[in-house]
Amino acid sequence: MAYFDAASTEPLHPQAREALIAALDAGWADPARLYGPARRAKMLLEQARAEIAEVLGCRSDELSFTASGTQAVHLGVLGALRGRRRAGSRLVVSAVEHSSVLHAGQVHEAGGGSVETVGVGRTGVVDLEAFGAAVRAEGTALACLQSANHEVGTAQPVAEAAELCAAAGVPLLVDAAQTAGRAPVPPGWSLLAASAHKWGGPAGVGVLAVRKGTRWRSPLPEDERERRRVPGFENVPAIVAAAAALRAVAAEAEREGARLAALVDRVRAEVPRLVPDVEVIGEPVARVPHIVTFSCLYVEGEALLTELDRAGFSVSSGSSCTASTLRPSHVLEAMGVLTHGNVRVSLPRGTSEADVDRFLSVLPDAVRRIREEAGVKL
Amino acid sequence: MTPRQTSAEDVGQAPALTIDALGKKCPIPIIMLAERINHVPLNGIVSVLADDPAAFTDIPAWCRLKSHHHVASYELPQGGWAIHVRRNY
Repeated sequence: MAYFDAASTEPLHPQAREALIAALDAGWADPARLYGPARRAKMLLEQARAEIAEVLGCRSDELSFTASGTQAVHLGVLGALRGRRRAGSRLVVSAVEHSSVLHAGQVHEAGGGSVETVGVGRTGVVDLEAFGAAVRAEGTALACLQSANHEVGTAQPVAEAAELCAAAGVPLLVDAAQTAGRAPVPPGWSLLAASAHKWGGPAGVGVLAVRKGTRWRSPLPEDERERRRVPGFENVPAIVAAAAALRAVAAEAEREGARLAALVDRVRAEVPRLVPDVEVIGEPVARVPHIVTFSCLYVEGEALLTELDRAGFSVSSGSSCTASTLRPSHVLEAMGVLTHGNVRVSLPRGTSEADVDRFLSVLPDAVRRIREEAGVKL
Repeated sequence: MTPRQTSAEDVGQAPALTIDALGKKCPIPIIMLAERINHVPLNGIVSVLADDPAAFTDIPAWCRLKSHHHVASYELPQGGWAIHVRRNY
């Protein structure tokens, strides 16, 4: 079995597992109380916060824990829009943001606000000129740009976008879910969201950082947890495990990233050589090290996923037949690339060269069989 | 919807062949197009009728990969599109 779906979730890091088990015993009490076990839970929570803040490049008191990366994005987007009401009600997003950003935008629109979507080029890079024009427009309250795309791995020019936003006096929310722990967060953000299970921590922990001086008002009912930013009792053991994982992956990120990037380069080069009629998708150079996406002409995505699963490979797809909505991925649509027969390979930490070789040996036959069964004679 | 990737001399040229792929999911409309594009003369137009949202993106993408020309996509009154493709070779 080879698990190639790290962009959905990275397997739990061994150090996170160890920290989780220890913290289940040491960090179960309510960190808001004043007795011994509570103080210990509070200490563990604040230590984890300081460690994560250091890796992400922010202050501890700017960082809040949420129930997920999705919740971090929802709170970040809606809270910043609320805090900036007087500045206006325009939200600017790229067309390839994670669905959590787009769904928060829909709530904003339903409440009378407007959303301007900035297009991307064929490789998925946001059109910076259009992005700049959009943030400069009167009444822009917030702009959102991901650090890298979750489906095609394309890195976005966040630092440049942040400069455009700063010049216009508009806060920028960066969704760093695909890069946190793998690469330094680009400078210039006002709000930052990420998710622990994408860096090898447990599920159920998201992070939202709001820079000092950024206006933000909770869109949810008031609660005293997390400096009034996130309602609900913190999952201290999972947060402690998330910090342990982040520390561990950040320490080895450069070496492991280079190794995975070489494997991804191999997939990018070999797939079009081994399989006829394939389009490799996404930015070839400015991208994250672990994600590669391609689409096979005349192949149904679901059939290909099933074939690969049978051969022992867990991969994901942006094709419509694999989505509950039966619509193709909005990312692939926005890029104007082939949406059917789509496969996303995303390599977790420690992926072996042998597994990648085996994938490359299995794929051509899988594609050929599906094309034959569909009666494709091309 | 405004037609995408239009070029003045092609828009309005009557299709030499219409492929009815309504109700068919991708990749079937693309397979039908690929199998039958050579049934029209060089520079002839094939109109693919399709209502799978994937076809709206995938037929222009197929044209790019196969060096044919996506002329335009017209919305159909009953839903879906007539996607016009010019045979280039």
